[in-house]
Parts: sequence; C-alpha cells; structure tokens
Amino acid sequence: MSDLVVDVQNLSRSFREKVALDNFSIQIPRGCVYGLVGENGAGKTTLLKHLLGLYAAQTGSVSVFGLNPATEPVSVLSRIGYLSEDREMPMWMKVGEIIRYRGAFFETWDAGYAEELRKTFDLNPEQKVKSLSRGQLARVGLILALAHRPDLLLLDEPSSGLDPVVRRDILAAIIRTVADEGRTVVFSSHLLDEVQRVSDHVAMIHGGKQVLTASVEDILQSHVRMTVRFESPRESAPPLKSALSCHGEGVEWTVLCNGQREAVRQEISQLNGEVVEEASPTLDEIFVAKIGGTGSRSGSA
Amino acid sequence: MQIHVSDSDGTPFYQQVVTQIKFLVASGRLEEGEQLPPVRKLAEQLLINPNTVARAYRELEAEGVVASRRGAGVFVSNAGSPLSRKEKTRILGERIDALLAESQQLGFDLESVVKLLRQHNSKFESKGGAR
Repeated sequence: MSDLVVDVQNLSRSFREKVALDNFSIQIPRGCVYGLVGENGAGKTTLLKHLLGLYAAQTGSVSVFGLNPATEPVSVLSRIGYLSEDREMPMWMKVGEIIRYRGAFFETWDAGYAEELRKTFDLNPEQKVKSLSRGQLARVGLILALAHRPDLLLLDEPSSGLDPVVRRDILAAIIRTVADEGRTVVFSSHLLDEVQRVSDHVAMIHGGKQVLTASVEDILQSHVRMTVRFESPRESAPPLKSALSCHGEGVEWTVLCNGQREAVRQEISQLNGEVVEEASPTLDEIFVAKIGGTGSRSGSA
Repeated sequence: MQIHVSDSDGTPFYQQVVTQIKFLVASGRLEEGEQLPPVRKLAEQLLINPNTVARAYRELEAEGVVASRRGAGVFVSNAGSPLSRKEKTRILGERIDALLAESQQLGFDLESVVKLLRQHNSKFESKGGAR
C-alpha cells in the first residue's frame, strides 16, 4: 500500500542474549500521529533506530516510504526528521552555526522556517550549545528535526525530563507538523497523558513485545473501569478471569476490563459483588493494567 | 471562544470539545452565525490532535449545531435547533445533580436549597442578568 509511511513486519532483534524486539509488526499510514509507549528498555528506541536504518532487520522487514532504510539511507533520511533521546550535538558550536551547518545537509531545508522557530523559541544564535539548558537544547534539537519539513518526524522521548513549557512547545510542534497536509509523526513517550492528547494510534510495548496496538479511540472505548462493592470485606482480590486488573481492599475494589463487560459482571455477581460505578479509564490506567500484569492483581489501593 | 480539555477522565477529547461547544451555544456565549476557530488553530490551542478537532466539528455538524460553508469555515447554526432544548436540559441536569449532592452533604434540605436559589436569582434579576 502506497499510503503506508512505515511498514514493519515480524521484526525481531536481539543484542547477544537479550531480546529487544520480538516479532514486532506495525503499519503507520500517512498523516497519522503514532505513539509508542513502554517502560525504559521496552524496545522503543530499538524500533526507531530500525526506521532510521541505524539497525538492519535481523528477521522480518522494515520499510519506510516503501524503501529499506538500511540499504537506501540517503533517500529515506532526507525525508525524516529525528530528535534523539540524548540529543547529541557538537557542543563547541553556536546555536546559529549548528542550524546553518545542519541546513547544508538537506536540499529541502527552509532557512526562513528555521529562523521563525528560533525566534519563537527565544534562542540566541550567538550562544554556545554547551551553555544551553536542557529545555533550550531540546528546542534546538526540534529546529534541527523540523526545518527541512520532513515527511516523517521521529521523536524519541521528546519531553522526558523537561519542564511543562518546553513540553508544550514540543506537543505544539507535533500538532503543527501533522496539520501540514500529509506529514506523519512517530514518537515514543512514557507520559501517557501526552500520548492520549496527540496520538491517533498507539502501540504499547513491553519487553520487546507488542502488548496492544490500536487507535486511541478504540482503546478508550473498549476498556471499562468498574467500581465493585462486595457484601463482606475481601482478604484478597476477587478472582476475575475476564478482568485485566483488579485492586482495592475491603469491600470496594476497582476492576479494569477490556470489552468483556458482561462476562466480568457475571463473575462479579457470582462472588456476591455489585458494580456500583462504571467509567472510562485513561490510557495511563489501561497501560498500567496491561503491563502491571500479575503485580496489579493483588495488593491494596 | 475559550474551551478546555482535561485528560483526568476517560471522556474522549472529541466528546469534550463537542459538549463544551454545545454548552457555549446553549448558554449564548456562542451566537448564531459566529465562526468557530479553524481546526488547526483549535488543535494547537488545546494541544490535541487536529483529527480530533475535525471529528468534533463533524459531530456538531451532524447534529445541526454548526454548519460548514465550503472554503469559508464552520459557523454556529440557528440556536433553535431541535436538539438545543434537550441539550440545555441535560447540561442543567448535571449541574443540579452536583448541587443536590453537595447540599445533602452539607445538610441542606430541598426547601432550603430552593429558597437559596430564589435568593440568588433575585440578585441576577436586579442586575438584569436573568432572562
């Protein structure tokens, strides 16, 4: 399909004994904001590095704009904007210099746009990169990733460790990028509220495996959070096979389930419990329920 | 037009935008014929995906709250749409529920609450705020 910007099929990757990606498949259509969520070391960066052609697929296939980024890096990379997690930059350069320097690599570099962003972000072109704050460094990185107006923007943990003002800039940049017709954004994050805000689709990764891949809307609609009251206090979490997670104490417990609302309700009534409240959970709660696995089944609130 | 979305509950963002714009229309803060901000602008303002805003606008259009004029933008339709009475009642109902819950908590019976409502309403009327 020509409208898939990214097509990853059955990608697996190991570093020595450690499995970083396990049979991973992802299809990203044009004009989409795709959020990759998972804990540190879950495999998000490894996936992004495959899209950049920094790693070649060991098993499975990776296609970006219909090309293999590992064998055709020039054609692929000229259309990608990338903000890495560690934002490595030549520290001895000045802000203005690094922007001009980067511009020389891209045919499509828009110097006017770079300048506009620099002013918006209130960056001094004469300032040395090494004297920039964390937030300023992220803003410079963002200019370098955006000013050639890439068809695909890849952001690796763009807002980790940054203050709310810089995070706003980054989210606004993501939104502006997709609002520009036909551009696509893939970003990894462990800030689920951000992902819920700006993404169309989400892939949850845990230990290199895909735990859940769907549109944000489908995920939010299919999951339900129930508050359950039992006739008498319970020593341990109710054994609900159809639920994703269950925690609480005494007579009131919170149960999260995916789809199987009726099955869960039935199990609850068999245990002499009653659903007193039903609400939609946030992406964050769903993620914790999915990843938490056995850990979140017991324990008190 | 100022609206706000919150990620603290699971209500989808498009739904929050729809509800708030309906509220603005029902309460008269958005008037018939007034233009809504472009999708891109509202998305940047709220920091949400532009597709989400577009979806909210489509929903509002389907319900007759707004109408899009090709090339010109999205405008508030006539406020007397068939939905608007029902919507007004629903919005008010939610506030009444909250008020009653609070009243019970604080130990006010229904009579005292009604009395208070009247007192407050007379303040509105003296300012010319009530319709």
